[in-house]
Amino acid sequence: MDTNNIHWSALFVFIFFFALVTVMGFLASKWMSGPSNKGAHLDEWGLGGRNFGTWITWFLVGGDFYTAYTVIAVPALVYAVGAYGFFALPYTILVYPIVFVIMPKLWKAAHKAGHVTAADVVWGRYKSRPLEFAIALTGVVATMPYIALQLIGMEVVIKALGLTGELPLLAAFVILALYTYSAGLRAPALIAFVKDVMIYIVVLVAVIVVPAKLGGYGAVFSSARDAFALKGGATGLTLKPTQFLPFATLALGSAMAAFMYPHTLTGIFAAKDANTIRKNAVFLPAYTVLLGLIALLGYMAYAAGIKVQSNNDVVPALFNGLFPGWFAGFAFAAIAIGALVPAAVMSIGASNLFTRNFWKPYVNPGISHEGEAKVAKVVSLVVKFGALVFIMFLPTKFALDLQLLGGVWILQTFPALVFGLFVGWFGPRALLAGWAAGIIGGSWMAFADGIKPVHTFVVGADSYTMYTGLIALALNIVVALVVNLVLGKGSQPALKQS
Amino acid sequence: MSIDTSPGQERRSYLKVLLLLPFIALLWVPFYNKELPSLFGFPFFYWYQFAWVPATSLIIWVVYRHALEKGGE
Repeated sequence: MDTNNIHWSALFVFIFFFALVTVMGFLASKWMSGPSNKGAHLDEWGLGGRNFGTWITWFLVGGDFYTAYTVIAVPALVYAVGAYGFFALPYTILVYPIVFVIMPKLWKAAHKAGHVTAADVVWGRYKSRPLEFAIALTGVVATMPYIALQLIGMEVVIKALGLTGELPLLAAFVILALYTYSAGLRAPALIAFVKDVMIYIVVLVAVIVVPAKLGGYGAVFSSARDAFALKGGATGLTLKPTQFLPFATLALGSAMAAFMYPHTLTGIFAAKDANTIRKNAVFLPAYTVLLGLIALLGYMAYAAGIKVQSNNDVVPALFNGLFPGWFAGFAFAAIAIGALVPAAVMSIGASNLFTRNFWKPYVNPGISHEGEAKVAKVVSLVVKFGALVFIMFLPTKFALDLQLLGGVWILQTFPALVFGLFVGWFGPRALLAGWAAGIIGGSWMAFADGIKPVHTFVVGADSYTMYTGLIALALNIVVALVVNLVLGKGSQPALKQS
Repeated sequence: MSIDTSPGQERRSYLKVLLLLPFIALLWVPFYNKELPSLFGFPFFYWYQFAWVPATSLIIWVVYRHALEKGGE
């Protein structure tokens, strides 16, 4: 390894904080486990005892939903295209009214019956193994590339510290895998406190100090405006008219998909009661302010005259360029730890699905609670190892493409998971048919477009470009409605499960 | 399902309509896709979206409080 390029003070601070959260991760197994502890039970390992109050849920979901990759990728997109990249803001605003209306009901359904996963809830309501399998499979498949993306975020900051080779990433991931194995959801919940406080500090310092150094926000925006004027194309400080529909549909579709993922749902199911979730819908938008400020780092890079080879290097290059080594190290540690929290929760969410919806129904129907916890722990190791192999041996673009498709796919679980909470009209066969149509139609459009998030329809002389996931969802719902009309609700009614 | 159809839920549900406001405000893009008027150096496109973050929080809070007072749960 070439040691000349290493930023020593940054690396020192980085290692300090990384070591701190590692210790916390291992100590977490005993945290927040009072007299209600069920011992060797999936509720303990996979849901932290189902006892997280408002604050812990706020840090956990905030740390889990606003991932490290977001901190890297949103400013990178804003740097590359400008206003269009800001769809992340309406997306992460609109997600909360949706959470407020849907998630307390979903929590109640899960709590009453002891469900651990989305597919459990679907099984409980519809008693259809194929539908349960479809929901679980979608969750696992959509989550894998998402974990890989967190690794990309970590890779970017490790590179910015001047380290080379795969060894640092490997070491970080082995540590993560071990404490998740031993402490379960309590590890990321506890680490999320550190991660979120660090990210808040970094961003607040950055949004105050950087513009002060660069001549204020007016200067930041005008240097970005000039850069986009030179660049041309569909870039700029405001949207081109052709971008209106893609911007709005990406925001809406992403907001509807966000809490269908196993990692976000795990945070919901781990909450103590329904009001914990409602209060979080009120207070979680604080993270959205943070995300919007992080997005502005993309414009600050223009004002600071940062030049990068890959857009993803914008944020690290900005910190390396404008801050002393120790603070850059602090910021990179925040981003790397910011990758650990969601990666841990994602692997736990995927393991819960595997255990409850693949292993239990198909391999060992008589499995004990202790057995479930055991299987889930081992699977969490396999899932992380899989993501690591993914990143080390496959091109990065593959993970990005799959994550994009994963968003389209996970949105197709919305009708099966949500509709039953509000109307008892849909039957499992109709929902399964809708799911299949959405998955196939969405994938087909995405592949035909060369793995782009948006699809263009031409109607006469006009063309309409929309988020592929939302088009697929519309297809999904139409097919479900039609099949339901033709077949009726099916021979197995909902039995009024909730 | 019993919770959904209770009369109390029906009576207080009208306030939930407020939750649609952020959707209308943010999905109707032409309304805010402009640079002026700017605020503290932020073009309108940006501060308008930022402003909807606390506004949405407030709306959710109002709906939540109202449901609590009506004896929700």
